[in-house]
Amino acid sequence: MNDLTPPSREERVASLKGMGSSRKRVEDARFTQGKGNYVDDIKLPGMLFGDFVRSPYAHAKVTNIDTEAAMAVPGVLAVLTAKDLEPLGLHWMPTLAGDKQMVLADGKVLFQGQEVAYVVGTDRYAVADGCEAVVVDYEELPVVVDPFKALEDDAPVLREDLAGQTEGAHGPRRHHNHIFTWEAGEKDATEAVIAGADVVAEEMVYYHRTHPCPLEPCGCVASMDKVNGKLTLYGTFQAPHAIRTVVSLISGIEEHNIRVVSPDIGGGFGNKVGAYPGYVCSVVASIVTGKPVKWIEDRMDNLMTTAFARDYWMKGKIAATKEGKITGLWCHTTADHGGFDACADPTKFPAGFMNICTGSYDIPTAYLAVDGVYTNKAPGGVAYRCSFRVTEAAYFIERMIEILAIELDMDAAELRRINFIKKDQFPYQSALGWEYDSGDYHTAWDKALNAVGYADLRKEQAQRVEDFKAGKTRKLMGIGLTHFTEIVGAGPVKNCDILGLGMFDSCEIRIHPTGSAIARLGTISQGQGHATTFAQILASEIGLPADSITVEEGDTDTAPYGLGTYGSRSTPVAGAATAMAGRKIRAKAQMIAAYLLEVHDDDVEFDVDRFVVKGAPERFKTMKEIAFAAYNQAIPGIEPGLEAVSYYDPPNMTYPFGAYICVMDIDVDTGTHEIRQFYALDDCGTRINPMIIEGQVHGGLTEALAIAMGQEIAYDEMGNCKTGTLMDFFLPTAWETPNYITDHTTTPSPHHPIGAKGVGESPNVGGVPCFSNAVHDAFRAFGLRQSHMPHDHWRIWKIANGLGLHG
Amino acid sequence: MGKQHYQITVNGETKDILAEPRELLIHTLREQLDLTGPHIGCETSHCGACTVDIDGKSVKSCTVFTAQVAGKDITTIEGLGSPDGMHVLQEKFREHHGLQCGYCTPGMITRAHRLLQENPDPTEEEVRFGMAGNLCRCTGYQNIVKSILAAATEMNAAKEAAE
Repeated sequence: MNDLTPPSREERVASLKGMGSSRKRVEDARFTQGKGNYVDDIKLPGMLFGDFVRSPYAHAKVTNIDTEAAMAVPGVLAVLTAKDLEPLGLHWMPTLAGDKQMVLADGKVLFQGQEVAYVVGTDRYAVADGCEAVVVDYEELPVVVDPFKALEDDAPVLREDLAGQTEGAHGPRRHHNHIFTWEAGEKDATEAVIAGADVVAEEMVYYHRTHPCPLEPCGCVASMDKVNGKLTLYGTFQAPHAIRTVVSLISGIEEHNIRVVSPDIGGGFGNKVGAYPGYVCSVVASIVTGKPVKWIEDRMDNLMTTAFARDYWMKGKIAATKEGKITGLWCHTTADHGGFDACADPTKFPAGFMNICTGSYDIPTAYLAVDGVYTNKAPGGVAYRCSFRVTEAAYFIERMIEILAIELDMDAAELRRINFIKKDQFPYQSALGWEYDSGDYHTAWDKALNAVGYADLRKEQAQRVEDFKAGKTRKLMGIGLTHFTEIVGAGPVKNCDILGLGMFDSCEIRIHPTGSAIARLGTISQGQGHATTFAQILASEIGLPADSITVEEGDTDTAPYGLGTYGSRSTPVAGAATAMAGRKIRAKAQMIAAYLLEVHDDDVEFDVDRFVVKGAPERFKTMKEIAFAAYNQAIPGIEPGLEAVSYYDPPNMTYPFGAYICVMDIDVDTGTHEIRQFYALDDCGTRINPMIIEGQVHGGLTEALAIAMGQEIAYDEMGNCKTGTLMDFFLPTAWETPNYITDHTTTPSPHHPIGAKGVGESPNVGGVPCFSNAVHDAFRAFGLRQSHMPHDHWRIWKIANGLGLHG
Repeated sequence: MGKQHYQITVNGETKDILAEPRELLIHTLREQLDLTGPHIGCETSHCGACTVDIDGKSVKSCTVFTAQVAGKDITTIEGLGSPDGMHVLQEKFREHHGLQCGYCTPGMITRAHRLLQENPDPTEEEVRFGMAGNLCRCTGYQNIVKSILAAATEMNAAKEAAE
């Protein structure tokens, strides 16, 4: 050390690369060099492969399965059917929503693509041949793909296994295809407000079925070590600990003998939360053969069978005074869950947090009812890049606001402004039961409107309408507005659990003698960059450089128990656990520092990367020195070592919000669109890594663009899935995707240790209504109220045609 | 189905392959040669996660038989840079946050590498068009485009300095 000038405080802060810095990602070195380790990269000695024979029918009896020819295929070692799984009690499995699901067809199939038999062999090609050779006899049954028709008296019975069961996991069932009814708010009071209101806007808002479609499909490698009785299950699990517990419960293998590992995951977006038949069959196959068995979906399997999202028919009524003050909101939702209710919602919330549907607005009276329904479609209902059903809720309220603006003949931006919850109303009790933690909606809204030059845009739009009417242009202009409020960070154990597992999360930290550290968490990154950002939280909390902190997730043998990563819960819950564990480290470090400095504990204080004696800043011990002392000094009353663990049970959810504006030109004759501008202001509370936040916003907006403008899982009347490949299922390319302008305000969460709220899902939640509102807004002057997504070119053309704009 | 012998060149090394005529190149690369950089995302040529370079062209290796590439010269992401000397594209993707989950990244960088050979000084529009065969679900492409443009600038500056 020749340079005797000590670093300034600012330099010390900067060298930590802690919270607020756009630290480059530590994950990228391996990913850019093709050295990631995804589940399909795992290769174990003697590993076998498995794949499914799937049903071509949406509803049929399975009368016979002949496996003889398949077993004769070279390389095929086993063919599993429900009959083989039944003695083990594994032909059905519990879903995360309190329902049960067939692992392999038990006498019938309920959706196209359902798993009928599982073929195991020495390589992918032999297994594919084996699947071809299995002969299944089906007897077709009447198909129902429409949830409203499914509830008619004479609708086909889909779930014979539930015959006579009038009580479901979430209360009474009133029809053979009815799953649950869930209510929030005050029905009578809301209906009274609506009956007496100056103005009521009423509309059916449909949020179509879509799919998270991560680029890496789902898969696993199951490896049963019969000598030691240990099962290792590698897989694309967004919640590895929950999977371990589920595997233990359904297999009878004691939990300590199961190790679940989530390696690198190629995107999840909710698709990889649930448990799938492929996992169960692979485990069984490994037990049967004594060898590791790999199962990897192909894209068609992924789109047709693993968890879809949305499919909510939301009938709404919104009441207001003639000045535009909203007085009440009513919503009845018909939720299509497909053949099995395989949502991944907290137990007490079978419709997720749909009761956030009062949005950013101070609505004094509200009522929500949701009916869950079985149809002959794939099971699921997961949260695709949103906290449970929050995207549906945000889309519903942001469409209802626009429709109310039409009813009132008001500007939709102004209507929002006069109904926003005010800054001084926080913490705010919503009519549907939530306590919003913090917000400053007016500031965000004004910043957004100013940024895009809203008043001028409206003038330009009015001129465009005039020009269109005068025959000078064939392009209309839409201004899409959205102000969304999310509810994320599930959640408080008192009301949030999945299969009885409380939705806390965890962090365990070990400081090494030389002043570096490892932190392990109960979450698992799927691209969010946890190894980068959680190290930043810790760097700021414990004063060791982020570059000296390894973050490890996803191995249940080493990570503390946690409920995983989805619903934007990692930062609100595990991020809080990380900060709290860091504070425990700091508390012990303070005692060690005081001992080393020969002063009382209270006479030292933490300063960036050290403890200093109060009033004598030249007397200090750095965290690095303290770390070493923890391992080499015998300090009276203090155990050696420097470790901490924290299990964080959040006192409340967090409520990120944002203001998005999209300006879109639409060609009336072709139905094509061009996004001229997209401005996204997000308030996610304290910002940990601005670079990563911006990346999350770009990605979420692009998923929103896909959903709003073309992406859907569609079925014909026979229950054939029409969108099983990437030819039919729209994923935007670089060519269709616009550039986005990102912005922010910062309103920390008052109850979160570092004030962070979570951001990964905001752009999907806010983006979908924003794009959709832009389409609707373009046609507002010509009388459009509501047109269902996705707004692909054909459907936009149909809007224009229906409004008589094609002459 | 009987196996046949094929010889291919991968990342500069000649490899002897024994494979069924129906074996797809992506499986040969990933499972026989342990080159797990190229990924499988769709098996229908749509997503581009499996993109490799064959005789100077970007090819989606999930829809090519190994038999079809006998005698050809193949480059995968593993052949573009090394831990000791990352390719400019690899550095720029990191610098500009051009990746998140990383699943599309090897194919994306392999394609970008070829794009910059075809068009060393592309406009943003040309990058967006030239990369449209590679899907990303995480980034929204904005930072991928930024990374590629930055790499082009740096590669061109290095070329000029060398001349």
